[in-house]
Amino acid sequence: MSNVSTDKTETAAAGMLARMVDSDIFHSFLKSKVTVIAAIGTAVLFLLAFFAPLIAPHDPFDLATISILDARVPPMWMEYADPRFVLGTDDQGRDLLSGIFYGMRISLIVGFCSVIAAAILGITLGLVAGYMGGRVDAVIMRIADIQLTFPAILIALLIDGAARGIFGALDREVFSFYILIFSLALSFWVQYARTVRGSTMVEKNKEYVQAARVIGIPAIIIMVRHILPNVTGPVLVIATINLALAIVTEATLSFLGVGMPPTQPSLGTLIAIGNDFLYSGEWWIAIFPGLALALLVLNVNLLGDWLRDALNPKLR
Amino acid sequence: MSVLRIHDLKVEFPGRKSTFVAVHGVTLEVEAGKILGVVGESGAGKSTVGNAVIGLLQEPGRIGEGEVFLHGQRIDNLPDKQKRLLRGRRIGMIFQDPLTSLDPLQTIESQLTETIRIHLKLSASEASARAIELLDAVGIPDPDIRIKQYPHQFSGGMRQRVVIALALCAEPEVVIADEPTTALDVSIQAQILELMKKLCADRNVSMVVITHDMGVIADITDHVAVMYRGKLVEYGETDQVLGRPQHPYTQSLISAVPRPDIRVERFPMVDYIEEAGTPTKHIDIATHWLGKARAYDKPEGALVKIRDLSMRFVTRASIVPSKRRFLDAVKNVSFDIHEGETFGLVGESGSGKSTIARLITGLFHPTGGSIDFAGTELTSLTDRRQVLAMRRQMQMIFQDPYSSLNARMRVRSIIAEPIKFHRLAASNTEVRQIVDDLLDHVGLGIAAGDKFPHEFSGGQRQRISIARALATRPRFLICDEPTSALDVSIQAQILNLLKDLQEELGLTMLFISHDLAVIRQMCNRIGVMRHGELCEVADCDALFDNPQHPYTKQLLELMPSMELLSRANLQESGPTGAPPAP
Repeated sequence: MSNVSTDKTETAAAGMLARMVDSDIFHSFLKSKVTVIAAIGTAVLFLLAFFAPLIAPHDPFDLATISILDARVPPMWMEYADPRFVLGTDDQGRDLLSGIFYGMRISLIVGFCSVIAAAILGITLGLVAGYMGGRVDAVIMRIADIQLTFPAILIALLIDGAARGIFGALDREVFSFYILIFSLALSFWVQYARTVRGSTMVEKNKEYVQAARVIGIPAIIIMVRHILPNVTGPVLVIATINLALAIVTEATLSFLGVGMPPTQPSLGTLIAIGNDFLYSGEWWIAIFPGLALALLVLNVNLLGDWLRDALNPKLR
Repeated sequence: MSVLRIHDLKVEFPGRKSTFVAVHGVTLEVEAGKILGVVGESGAGKSTVGNAVIGLLQEPGRIGEGEVFLHGQRIDNLPDKQKRLLRGRRIGMIFQDPLTSLDPLQTIESQLTETIRIHLKLSASEASARAIELLDAVGIPDPDIRIKQYPHQFSGGMRQRVVIALALCAEPEVVIADEPTTALDVSIQAQILELMKKLCADRNVSMVVITHDMGVIADITDHVAVMYRGKLVEYGETDQVLGRPQHPYTQSLISAVPRPDIRVERFPMVDYIEEAGTPTKHIDIATHWLGKARAYDKPEGALVKIRDLSMRFVTRASIVPSKRRFLDAVKNVSFDIHEGETFGLVGESGSGKSTIARLITGLFHPTGGSIDFAGTELTSLTDRRQVLAMRRQMQMIFQDPYSSLNARMRVRSIIAEPIKFHRLAASNTEVRQIVDDLLDHVGLGIAAGDKFPHEFSGGQRQRISIARALATRPRFLICDEPTSALDVSIQAQILNLLKDLQEELGLTMLFISHDLAVIRQMCNRIGVMRHGELCEVADCDALFDNPQHPYTKQLLELMPSMELLSRANLQESGPTGAPPAP
């Protein structure tokens, strides 16, 4: 009996895979060479970040293996290089290649977490505003408008400052991660709220929502079960593009010194460290993390662009 | 000698996996001053024929085989530039939707003179004079003033007249009209058809009218071509084809057309429609879940009593009361619906009939009046439990089969939702059994439950809607234009299904439609609405035989005559005044 059911799920999964491969979206994906390259690039970078502890030649957090004597070693093709450090080391003697892998990991975690947090906040408020309309809508959307008048970095700086004021001398290494995600989420939710509100206003007038109301289903269930699944398409696009934006903003904040601390360096932190040595000839400390950041953001952005076009029926 | 001749036309759309042949081996001719009708249901390829003739096939469509001749000159293989000169100059076009076929940012004058001056060598003032003359010819009053106006200042019917004038600008030899009256109300449709007929005769223009509407065909065409799945199944003089159809498809199509002059018991089941499923097992309603809990208290008097119902929408909100604008969608409407009968509401668009349906079901809250359902005043209900009990007893079937089902839910969960929500079944197994029975009963088959709505056609989706509406075991069913988005043969099936269900379950129905012929088939009593007011309420036969209100008389006169159509297979039913015995 159990055999039969596993067979069934297996064939169902295989059928789904076959349908996916056969679908128009997958076809348009294969047709765009740039997208395929971007997808491969993104996948490689994600894997490098995810498996950093296994791949990286050194552990930049293990103080026992770091020696200040190895500080500022140039990349291996230059004079005075050390074959142990492919891309050279930073000012504390940490291997840059490993630092980039680990930094990318932190950048991606912060990016994903803040995108998810922003999406949850924005979708909820957008659904409520769009479905309820009237005063609720006006209040939520005016808050969103006010929010938009502050640049994301300013909000993040404000929150960071406020958090430090409130928590005082709390352990910064623990809290900066959460503060960063919170401030990024707070600066990105407006886009989700606006998009979801718009789609919700369209969907709520459709007859399937009216049918649900005629059955007597309460508003909250209509919003979650009926409207939400029908407005997620655009949200997916925004989330992809926002991921790139969140990574850049995180890097900016870390560069300015309000993001991740130097003990848990993200790409932005690495660039910030390298910045101090840029004019003394040790260019690699800033340039390589910068390149990694640019590659990561470019690939994710290209994927997001394609997704936006593929899901937009007007452009087909 | 024919003006337009299509010979053995084949149109194909190459796709990623296979080539779709939309039109196959179609041969047609139009003579000068005559009107050819091309009729068929959706997907028959009738619009594709029209587009192929004027060279406006949508990418990647192409003419695979065959030729098109205009006055003996082959036109289908002309280069694009010459084809463009042909369009408008020698072949005019009238599109379906007058709201979108005019440029909203240009005056009528500039749109007309632009077309005139592209094709005819006239000065600006000459072109302008000609434009005024054309507007006058298509029956637009004060053409010299109205020509300076923008499209939004014209009503739908007037806009369609402008579109016709635009098609006639350069004195074309042939005009192709694709569903020219589908977007218009009955009374305006009659005027536009009259105008098209007159223009053809006066100006000796040939016309190809592409439509799904047998009434339009019967009204104005000289010849008719019946298309089915890209093929021409029957072609001949209109009264021959409609009166003595030879091909079984034409026969079934004609017998599915609802007639205003006779009421049939059931539409004859047509074997040309493949999606017509029949229930695989018979359900004994008396013992089945569907039939249980039907022992409602008999209401005193009518089941639904509507008194002085009014609904006013705010069209412009303002803090200053004098600047507010309102729309009175429903004005002081009163009527009764008795238990077991079908009450019809008929009226043109904007007459407030759908608003009444939404007021009764509680989607809108009325601004005045009362709705009494089985002795309970609905407008003053506040207790949530009581509201839910009422909601369960009345359900609604919506107009648009494409938007009335949640695209992200499987059919099984769509139908199970009301059962689970109202806790009408004891266990999930029972819910599943009920859903299967419902699906089977509306003719979809149990396998439909695992699919998503987009895998079904319009008619099948409407069956899903019906199954969902039945899932709360309602006693009162509101059908808001349930078939107006469907093809005529599918409409016949759905109407039959609704009749069957009503008889089995003893449902009371409110049936809303703009189509008097459909209303006649379905209803015991009829209310005629206009501008939010109820003009007349009468028994079905009385209304059709002896209308009292001038508006009702006008509506009945303007209906396309179906007398030409063959009456084979039709069985007239008895008098319809009294509701059937429960």
